Amino acid sequence: MKVLMSGNEAIARGVYEAGVRFAAAYPGTPSTEILEEFSKYEGVYAEWSPNEKVAVEVAIGAALAGEKALAVMKHVGVNVAADPIFTVSYTGTNSALVIVSADDPSLHSSQNEQDNRNYAKFAKIPMLEPADAQEAKEFVKLAFEISEKFDTPVFLRSTTRVSHSKSLVSLEEPLPHQDKTRISYNPEKFVMVPAYARLRRVEVEKRLVNLKEYAEIFSENKMEINNPDVGIITAGMPYNYAKDVFPDYSYLKLGMVYPLPEKLIREFVAKVKKIYVVEELDPFLEEQIKAMGIKVIGKEIFPYTNEFDPGIIENAINKSTKPSTASVQNIPSRPPNLCPGCPHRGLFYVLGKLKVFVAGDIGCYTLSFMKPLEGLHSCICMGASIGMAHGMSKALKEKGKGKIVGVIGDSTFIHSGITPLLNMAYNKSNALIIICDNSTTAMTGMQEHPATGYTLLGEKTKQLDLKVLVSALGIDNIRVIDPYDLKETRNAIKEELAKDGPSVIISQRPCVLFKRSKLKTERALKIDPDKCTGCKVCLGLGCPPISWQKIEKKEGSKREGIAMIDETLCNGCGLCMQVCKFGSIS
Amino acid sequence: MDNEVKSILLAGVGGQGILRASDIMCEALMEAGFDVKKSEVHGMAQRGGCVTSHVRYGSKVYSPLAKLESIDIIISFEKMETMRYLNYLSKDASLIVNSEKIYPPAVNIGDLPYPKDITKLLQERYKTVQKIDATELAQKAGNVKAANVVLLGAISNLMEINSAIWEKIIKKSFPEKLIKMNLAAFQIGKTA
Repeated sequence: MKVLMSGNEAIARGVYEAGVRFAAAYPGTPSTEILEEFSKYEGVYAEWSPNEKVAVEVAIGAALAGEKALAVMKHVGVNVAADPIFTVSYTGTNSALVIVSADDPSLHSSQNEQDNRNYAKFAKIPMLEPADAQEAKEFVKLAFEISEKFDTPVFLRSTTRVSHSKSLVSLEEPLPHQDKTRISYNPEKFVMVPAYARLRRVEVEKRLVNLKEYAEIFSENKMEINNPDVGIITAGMPYNYAKDVFPDYSYLKLGMVYPLPEKLIREFVAKVKKIYVVEELDPFLEEQIKAMGIKVIGKEIFPYTNEFDPGIIENAINKSTKPSTASVQNIPSRPPNLCPGCPHRGLFYVLGKLKVFVAGDIGCYTLSFMKPLEGLHSCICMGASIGMAHGMSKALKEKGKGKIVGVIGDSTFIHSGITPLLNMAYNKSNALIIICDNSTTAMTGMQEHPATGYTLLGEKTKQLDLKVLVSALGIDNIRVIDPYDLKETRNAIKEELAKDGPSVIISQRPCVLFKRSKLKTERALKIDPDKCTGCKVCLGLGCPPISWQKIEKKEGSKREGIAMIDETLCNGCGLCMQVCKFGSIS
Repeated sequence: MDNEVKSILLAGVGGQGILRASDIMCEALMEAGFDVKKSEVHGMAQRGGCVTSHVRYGSKVYSPLAKLESIDIIISFEKMETMRYLNYLSKDASLIVNSEKIYPPAVNIGDLPYPKDITKLLQERYKTVQKIDATELAQKAGNVKAANVVLLGAISNLMEINSAIWEKIIKKSFPEKLIKMNLAAFQIGKTA
């Protein structure tokens, strides 16, 4: 049976078809749907771990116990998980372990554009790269086979375009789950003290030699000899782009991007005249092929940055620089915005007005760096806000007193905010940290986490109490506020900034899109056109329903326009009522 | 070279039902026996950003993304959004343009005007431009939210899929109580 599936749905399906029933992940675009989809299959164990490092460690533990396991993350999640990944490469996996890295060329929703194929080479772990949903399903199954056969973790690399595009997939009967779990003891293999790790280090190199041989016969390293004038060496989605515009050229499509099949590459090179290496981001294949002494054309004509499309490849190879005949019209942009009624809006409106430096983090609230809120001034990675706020406040000493704030979401705090907050208490910080607690992992689409009280499988569980945790870390000044109350929010921030020592404010209000939100949708607000002076203060909230329109100026009136509220969008959070000095909103 | 592959672009704003519409379209294409791939950008769609979906179909489709100047049909769910993707349209492209206007932030706060004379500009440049008030027509069918299905009805006239298939997929795509209304919306769009 053929069905239309996204790459992510197909990966989940492939894992299930492989008879695998164990997976752990932390949500992150473009990887999130893999575990959401997997968790819907009958008889699986799937969990949201607090972060990617934990997810990988959970999967390693399951594999060590004899259970085939999957860990899933976005590309930057692999940075967080790198520590266990580099050493499980030494120990091997006992049962099978596959790690999915979903990369994001073009940074559709990420802070960087790193090419995680480099991790495969760096950690000496084989990596498969599918080009569409059908391959995504097949390759993840092959990844489990390779893992088991070679006692190695295996990477499956996807990209946004593979994960989030849909194509036809043939479904197969899932293999039944086999319980091979048992406790086994093997310290020489699993206790990575120097003496044993040195021995395993040698095994890793032996394994790589074996994997290179396997790559030569791997069924998904495919040669297509057509027109011998041009040969294209490629992998993943760029194969589709190239085939789209050059269907008649010859191809070597690599399903395994590390390690490379040297003999097969030489065989292909001998059959074609001019060779291009077509790959997004880093010259990962190109450098290795050039190191084999083979002349290829690569990054001298193809871009290093952003994802490709068929046109980019066509123009690069045809050396076409013709400008597009249809110019794009210069029209107003449509940046993403905080939703109407978003609890972050009130908090960041206040922060923007207070003239403090706000070290930001990863989440919806990162959007408040934009006009008109301008309430966030840095964003590096998950958890960085707290460490950075502390570092700034230490470096600035008196100059920074009362001026440094770190903001972090609830899920992000649990992901990587706990240790830096402990550090703030330990090292006597002076900064203020605000946990923007909207009771969910909102940015990636409402995933559960330890403070929501529910698991990925929908079971009720122990609910983390953030206030108790913060107190246990050694923070004495803690208060909980409602960011819908601007006055309370402003006063709380000012008071905590004035104090010596670290403070934490928990700004608590569930995401407006959150399914378990207990709040009823309030009635939409209205602006009285007679009372509105057109002062534009309410526009400073950047709330989507509020607009401002010019009106004809009346004699003796300074009023040039009035504000209006789109009733279909407004959910009555009441922030605009609080900022309006003329009582025109009700 | 890609003469046997047809490319459709669906464009609009988060919340307009674009991804639902492109899913229905792809299911219908699959049912009609085509190879089909679709790609979309929806990272922060929920937060009011632009949403696009490329749908490509033929006997064999490689790329889920169309290249510049190759789109055969664009359905623009929001009037101004058409203008953002003109560089993707082939010279002979057919355009279906919904009259709905959704103001972006800069227009909302009075910093920039909403672009004027969009239809005129499009009609000067392209042979086939169909203006449609999908929101009003959806209201006639019973629910403004069915504007996306109205637009599918409109594009169905330009695609090689018979009505029985569309009907079958629409029935499959909605809960029982919404089927009749969506079938009506499709029909209204088809005859608009």
